[in-house]
Amino acid sequence: MIQVSALRLRISRRRLECELWGLLFTSLGILHLIWLTAYPVLASLYYSFTSYSVIGRWRWIGLQNYERLFQDPEFYNAIYNTLYLIVLGLPIGIFASFLLAILLNQRVRGLSVYRTLFYLPSILPAVATAVLWTWIFHPTHGLLNIALQLLGIVGPNWLADPAWAKPALIVMGLWGAGGSTLVFLAGLQDVPQELYDAAMVDGAGRWAKFRYITIPFMSPYLFFSLVTGLIGGFQAFTSAYVLTFGGPVRSTVTYVFYLWENGFSYLKMGYACALAWVLFVVIVVFTLITFHLVGPRVYYAGR
Amino acid sequence: MRLTLAGSTALTRRHLRPAFLLERCIIYTILTGFSLLFSVPFYWLITTSIKIPDEIFAYPIVWVPSTITLEHYIGAFTIVPLARYIANTMIIAIATVIGAVLSNALIAYGLARINWSLAKPLFAIFLATMMVPGAVTMIPVYIIFKTLGWLDTYLPLTVPSYFGAAFFIFLLRQFFLTIPLELSDAARIDGASELQIFSQIVLPLSKPALATLALFQFIGSWENFIGPLIYLNNKDLYTIAIGLAMFRNEYGLREIGPLMAASTIMILPVIVLFFLTQRTFIQGITLTGLKG
Repeated sequence: MIQVSALRLRISRRRLECELWGLLFTSLGILHLIWLTAYPVLASLYYSFTSYSVIGRWRWIGLQNYERLFQDPEFYNAIYNTLYLIVLGLPIGIFASFLLAILLNQRVRGLSVYRTLFYLPSILPAVATAVLWTWIFHPTHGLLNIALQLLGIVGPNWLADPAWAKPALIVMGLWGAGGSTLVFLAGLQDVPQELYDAAMVDGAGRWAKFRYITIPFMSPYLFFSLVTGLIGGFQAFTSAYVLTFGGPVRSTVTYVFYLWENGFSYLKMGYACALAWVLFVVIVVFTLITFHLVGPRVYYAGR
Repeated sequence: MRLTLAGSTALTRRHLRPAFLLERCIIYTILTGFSLLFSVPFYWLITTSIKIPDEIFAYPIVWVPSTITLEHYIGAFTIVPLARYIANTMIIAIATVIGAVLSNALIAYGLARINWSLAKPLFAIFLATMMVPGAVTMIPVYIIFKTLGWLDTYLPLTVPSYFGAAFFIFLLRQFFLTIPLELSDAARIDGASELQIFSQIVLPLSKPALATLALFQFIGSWENFIGPLIYLNNKDLYTIAIGLAMFRNEYGLREIGPLMAASTIMILPVIVLFFLTQRTFIQGITLTGLKG
């Protein structure tokens, strides 16, 4: 009896030690969660009900920030611009990078060269990319309009025309779309070859194999880039800041750009926090909708 | 490896069919077209940075510069204090790499290699925090750092990396899980403490994952824009990202050559790192892309 309880004591001592070690090793992360995540998230919710502005007095104003926000034409403008960029840019980007991945998966020679070329622009610093593209978009001496001229098209004044500044942002974004090509290619190489062989024996054509084998197997990858693209798209900031600084005529003021303006230019931090919380809710809602609409159609092998 | 001998002869016969040749032609044409589209901006950037000013604005385009000039590079370092920006960014990047490697390794070890009650829930919480947009925490975190008197110092840009980051915790945890648990158990029986197992068994086996992390953190700090934008007002403290953005905003396109030279300099370390560590890089992308 004594031996058994001593053993139990030792086991529980060992357990306690594990708990302590676990806590010790993760303590920095737990501090992060408290200090840089939980508290800021709650504080931002709290500030959104105040007239906080860093300098001067601030007070509780209830829902006023939110009421003002839904009457603010700039708010709707920022949402419109952001959705424009996502709705046009994201599908084109996913389609192009998927197409490239499929082409690269056809046992081409020089695969690593192509792969590097397509991938490299996606890891470049956004600031440097935007500076380069301001030059490419130059109306008379820029590369893009000179290339268009060769095709007999008179290119627009991309960055000075409110109708063309958003398309310019999309074009620039497409240069970096090759990042997902790499992920897609890894996925394509994981599709079991036996399935294609079996389908060929059954007399399946090209399209049938693509539609009934490639697409289902690739759907988790496509879904993943859709969701991350959506979340990233709502938070677009740096490109709009450097390329056009929100202009011309506020046509490239993205949501986060407007939030940043309110917080750090107008010092309306309470209002900016209300904007941030609306963004948070919008992102969660959009992600959930995507999961509901697209999620069930995603095929996970072996599940 | 899939090709057997019989398979390969079948393939050669297939190779000669006109339909197959046509298809190859189409594939290579599209790929070459896209390669040109993707590489022309690089070419344009670099050639603009070494062209004499007359050729930058020449029409028709001067594709091959007649002379190579370094004046724009000299301009980039004299119009703005680019050398200082680079040094500043290096200081921040190195400090964050040290912080990120240390903190994330510790945290991931606690989540992957120690069997304790909070290991799983805590990991789930870290994953959940990845969904919180940076914009939501931006203002309160700014106010915290302001209250601490950290504005116009590098502390807001470096200290957080010493407290781990969800994405890196995820990356390292997945890697630590692949190391056999028996190694730890054997060491425990021999009387090794958790710290010894961590530093002498798990860390040495995790060099590839730690290298990936260091690489991503370095590039992240090198490219970080919104952090320096919010926290740094003093121009002497500017990083290369904010310095270049301000250079562009101040001079517009009047200083095209120096602007392209400065952009080339900012891009260069990223490209060099990519080519030096291509395998690590691509593994990191595909590993964190979906698998795991």
